[in-house]
Amino acid sequence: MDLKEKLLSSFLVFENQVDIDHYVHDVRNDAIKIFEEKGFPSKKEEAWKYTSLNNILKEDYSVFPERENALEYKDIKKYFIHDIDSYKIVFIDGKYSSHLSQTTHDGMDVCLMSAALNKPKYRILVENYFNKAATKDSLSSLNTAFSSEGAYIHIPKNKLVEKPIQIIHFSTGSESATMLQPRNLIVVDENSHVQIIERHQSLNDNPVLTNSVTEIFTNKRAIVDYYKIQNDQSNASLIDNTFIKQKQESVASVHTFAFGGKLTRNNLSFFQEGERIDSILKGITIIGEKQHVDHNTLVHHIEPNCESHQDYKGIFADRATGVFNGKVIVEKEAQKTNAFQANNNILVSDKATINTKPQLEIFADDVKCSHGCTIGQLDESAMFYLRSRGIPEKEAKALLMYAFSNNVLSSVKIPEMKQRINKIIANKLGVDIGFDL
Amino acid sequence: MLKIDNLHASVEDKSILQGINLEVKPGEIHAIMGPNGSGKSTLASVIAGKEEYEVTKGSIEFDGENIDELAAEERAHKGVFLSFQYPVEIPGVTVTNFMKTAINETRKAKGLEDMPAKDMLKLIREKSELLEIDRKFLSRSLNEGFSGGEKKRNEIFQMAMLEPKLAILDETDSGLDIDALRIVANGVNKLKSKDNAVVVITHYQRLLDYIVPDFVHVLYNGKIVKSGTKELAHELEEKGYDWIKEEVNA
Repeated sequence: MDLKEKLLSSFLVFENQVDIDHYVHDVRNDAIKIFEEKGFPSKKEEAWKYTSLNNILKEDYSVFPERENALEYKDIKKYFIHDIDSYKIVFIDGKYSSHLSQTTHDGMDVCLMSAALNKPKYRILVENYFNKAATKDSLSSLNTAFSSEGAYIHIPKNKLVEKPIQIIHFSTGSESATMLQPRNLIVVDENSHVQIIERHQSLNDNPVLTNSVTEIFTNKRAIVDYYKIQNDQSNASLIDNTFIKQKQESVASVHTFAFGGKLTRNNLSFFQEGERIDSILKGITIIGEKQHVDHNTLVHHIEPNCESHQDYKGIFADRATGVFNGKVIVEKEAQKTNAFQANNNILVSDKATINTKPQLEIFADDVKCSHGCTIGQLDESAMFYLRSRGIPEKEAKALLMYAFSNNVLSSVKIPEMKQRINKIIANKLGVDIGFDL
Repeated sequence: MLKIDNLHASVEDKSILQGINLEVKPGEIHAIMGPNGSGKSTLASVIAGKEEYEVTKGSIEFDGENIDELAAEERAHKGVFLSFQYPVEIPGVTVTNFMKTAINETRKAKGLEDMPAKDMLKLIREKSELLEIDRKFLSRSLNEGFSGGEKKRNEIFQMAMLEPKLAILDETDSGLDIDALRIVANGVNKLKSKDNAVVVITHYQRLLDYIVPDFVHVLYNGKIVKSGTKELAHELEEKGYDWIKEEVNA
């Protein structure tokens, strides 16, 4: 039985276990129909031209991990930004771990999707927001059909959340192959500010496929800073579908640090539904071996006087392959839009590849839109300059690569987070130099 | 200290240096002058270890050791320093960060621990004062948006920080106004001791009024065709290079 059939047949079992009167029941039923009809995307589709799922779909994934697995904090501490006080929502093989989590209902809700879906007090909010940002593509629909667990965050208005929220999904690899479909819903009301860090981490070499959907709603004047750390094991693949709906004067930023995993596809979409909105999309990709990272972004400018800033840096070694597909749509009404997009890449080896494709669809006539992409190698004269000052070849390369990605890092607002990323980068580049002096 | 013997070097199969002989002893200042395209900058780059240049014949000895095969960083660790004619802009790396990395990598190569942060700051303050460099300047990206004068001053600041045995100043005077020239020359002179040496590469005599050489060499067509004392530099300033070319071609 192939994965699609397996998923379709398990859906029946899954949906029988949940409340059929609930609004979400219908949403899930509609979603599985979409997935049934469309199936997994293939390279024939324009948006998947450079990313093939064939290889990772061959595994015999366990769709509902049976076993409850426990983890000790000391063993997994390193995957948290542990030197800051934070809320934590932790999942092990798709199941909530209360032991490792630190949630709250004190003036806001930092808790679980399962709670939000099942408790009557959340019903109105779920009906207003659940699946209202996600698009009806096959993978998001697949996630919707099976949505049952993940992070649920609701920040009411005028709240400055002082501690960042860390969402971590662990997979223990206790099954020979595991498929996970976390579903996160984040609603930030008027004039509130929250910082969120998300990570998917497998703990051994068994294959994992995560098909994640995160819906974020930033209401009027809200600010959301979202950080994704993708530094997973070599057999872990991630399809991250993140949808952000913004209301007037809100600011939403997403930083994606793609350093690991087998195949990573980031579908990141922003929908601007109001004036004077700012959307910020930044990313650093540093991969090697046969790793593959695909950033597929969309910014939909619907109303006037809004901005978007995209800045993605990529460094590719060995036989690594990268894709950047950045789509910007400026509707006819969206006059005075400022939309910027940059994608710069360094190929460190002859066998590494990057496919970069900006797609601008502009229907308004009074806008500023720019895009630029570069693909290059490390500058030889800069290398000689650094080496002539006593900096060895490997360190000089690392310093140049770090400098290359520095303007993305410099916009990270949590210092401990920045330090951690610095450390991961140094580690990734095989050097022992402190970058942020 | 530096002994260059019958050095031939080429880039992309084009022969540029065609038999250079030069000996520099501790405590000496040498000036290398010559018309454009004579091979001055190539000589500087070859001594510093730029990989594009291939030594086809002859040898470079530094402190009695052949350094032909050494990487640029290994030569730097031994005490060779090149002040670049066109310092490279490196966005994202601050002057301070760059200097710390350079000093600590050099120390690491010598088996020393990293310099304590306090000592590093003191050293930076001391040397930046010597070159009249503003503190703000140190947290800017290396050479990015620097004026010509700032770039050259920054080169000499790096030299002051690294305290090399042999400093090669490649056209350090180009693009400098008179004030900057004085500051740079003053810095070089203050760093000068009986144990180190300086090779000044220049097209014009102007800098040599401030950094007074013990020997002046004229490079033409990849060879040193004439050597003398500082008076030779004055003669070149007055008469230009044509008489040298005529002499050689005769």
